[in-house]
Amino acid sequence: MAVEMNTGEAAHSRSRSDENLATLSIWAQKTMNPKFCLQVAFSAAPGINILFGASGAGKTTLLNCVAGLSTPERGRIAVAQQVLFDSKEGINVSTSRRQVGYVFQSLALFPHLTVAGNVQYGLRSRRPDERQRECGEILDSFHIGHLARRKPNEISGGERQRVALARSLVTNPCVLLLDEPLAALDSSAKAKIVADLRVWNAQHGIPILYVTHSRDEVFALGERVLVLDQGRVIADGTPHQVIRAPRNETVAQLAGFENIFDAQVTAVHEHRGTLTCRLENSSVELETPLVRAELGSRLRVAISAGDILLATAQPQGLSARNLLWGKIRGLEQRDVIVLAVVDCGVRMQVQLTLAARDSLDLCPDKGVWLIVKTHSCHLLRP
Amino acid sequence: MDWQAFWLTIRLAFLVAAILLFLGVPVAYWVTLSKWRWKFLIEAVMLLPVVMPPTVLGFYVLFALGPRSPVGRAWMALTGHTLAFTFTGLVIGSILYSFPFAVQPFSASFSAIDRTFIEASSTLGASKLQTFLRVILPLSISGLVTGVALSFAHTMGEFGVVLMVGGNIPGVTRTVSIAIYDQVQEANYAAANDLALLLLAMAFAILAVVYGLNRRIWAIWPWK
Repeated sequence: MAVEMNTGEAAHSRSRSDENLATLSIWAQKTMNPKFCLQVAFSAAPGINILFGASGAGKTTLLNCVAGLSTPERGRIAVAQQVLFDSKEGINVSTSRRQVGYVFQSLALFPHLTVAGNVQYGLRSRRPDERQRECGEILDSFHIGHLARRKPNEISGGERQRVALARSLVTNPCVLLLDEPLAALDSSAKAKIVADLRVWNAQHGIPILYVTHSRDEVFALGERVLVLDQGRVIADGTPHQVIRAPRNETVAQLAGFENIFDAQVTAVHEHRGTLTCRLENSSVELETPLVRAELGSRLRVAISAGDILLATAQPQGLSARNLLWGKIRGLEQRDVIVLAVVDCGVRMQVQLTLAARDSLDLCPDKGVWLIVKTHSCHLLRP
Repeated sequence: MDWQAFWLTIRLAFLVAAILLFLGVPVAYWVTLSKWRWKFLIEAVMLLPVVMPPTVLGFYVLFALGPRSPVGRAWMALTGHTLAFTFTGLVIGSILYSFPFAVQPFSASFSAIDRTFIEASSTLGASKLQTFLRVILPLSISGLVTGVALSFAHTMGEFGVVLMVGGNIPGVTRTVSIAIYDQVQEANYAAANDLALLLLAMAFAILAVVYGLNRRIWAIWPWK
């Protein structure tokens, strides 16, 4: 408990140092049930901050705490100097006064109102002409001006997402919460909406918490990502740092690392900056990057199926340090890629294109060579 | 045709349905959202008129309105006459009798509303009252229509409570259903049939309108 308090205090002081930026600082503890407790402390600068995690990791609970739809037992939530929640001071601003924009997973567009009626819903306090003007402006900036008189059930899914975004943003929120808002869209439609959102936020500069469980979305958005697992932030950084080079098994699993093995350190090469690890229950030895580990200690190794090369003849003169021979045990086509399972002492999954499968004439029981670069082997903290 | 009884019945049903709309909406909203431990007891009490013989309800209402009860005494002191066997007494008895037929459809339609609509409304700055008026009421309009129409139709057809509370005073408490009973007692089967057909036709018309309007028959089922 005391440790959590300290990290919470640290988050406060960090947010105080850059007060001129409208940074969102969150420190919250909320017990949902005896098995699940949300415990987070971080601050989010203006721009897109991705919350990544499996379902049930606490992402939506976290958003609800910021919006005031859930009340943490302890914590402090503030945007710049404006305190939304502080358990010590007894501050708990009601949802309707928090000025928090929230786009729900279901979008929650009011079915009985038109697009314009939905967008103007949060502008009740303005004069009618002002309301109309602001509604028109935001609809135009999200390219949905022509839909103003339609009902939500008369427009497409992508258009509905734009309406939901416009409805939240027109109220000039101090924080924007997006709960998997684009999950149902294809990537090009997604990219266009995100581009419009970025244009809007270039002018307004508010912190955006963007919840997703899609790895592709994390890379497409490409800014800061926080990984949530069992109610805690277990990784924080750029998508490349966090997802491409995971240092934690949960992150590796979330990030889709298909090959994760138990391993034991059999040699430490300080001068070369590498380790040799033997994969458990096999004689396979891999050269991996050097981490602080003693001879004989146990680790986990994660290798992405897309990082492994496959050859039908033994390659010569390679820079890659790991060369394994094995037999193909299965080939499974998924959409336009092929996932090959190769038994080389351990079962390794390898990702191929359709063209590669055909030109190499791959089939079950064929003998192949696997090529794995040292830095494609990610060592995970147990 | 006993038009006096007919217009009295329409007046009674109209008044009761209107009062139940204003009384039933807050009660139904409370029933839908309340997390009170003993809420189920209130719900059970409210459903009693559906399962109890109307004479039982009528008997207690008569007793409660009569000069022996505190309510009856207070009314007596205020107005100088008793509530029993008056049109006002009839309205009170009918409100209690038709209460579940208004509240059940109301609360069924309130609880059918997706909670995220309410949450979205509050993140957009709307107070609880604004959310109720601008989101919840418009989205439960079919439940409101159903509740009002059902309580109207139910009040039109009541017999036992009217007989117990109102008696049979022409122009004051003699409703169509009582008039039918009278005609049958006096073997005027043709006159009884006229009134009975009228009630049947009206009840059918009202129910047809309700079903036609919302096509959601389960919204009026009290044990959702």
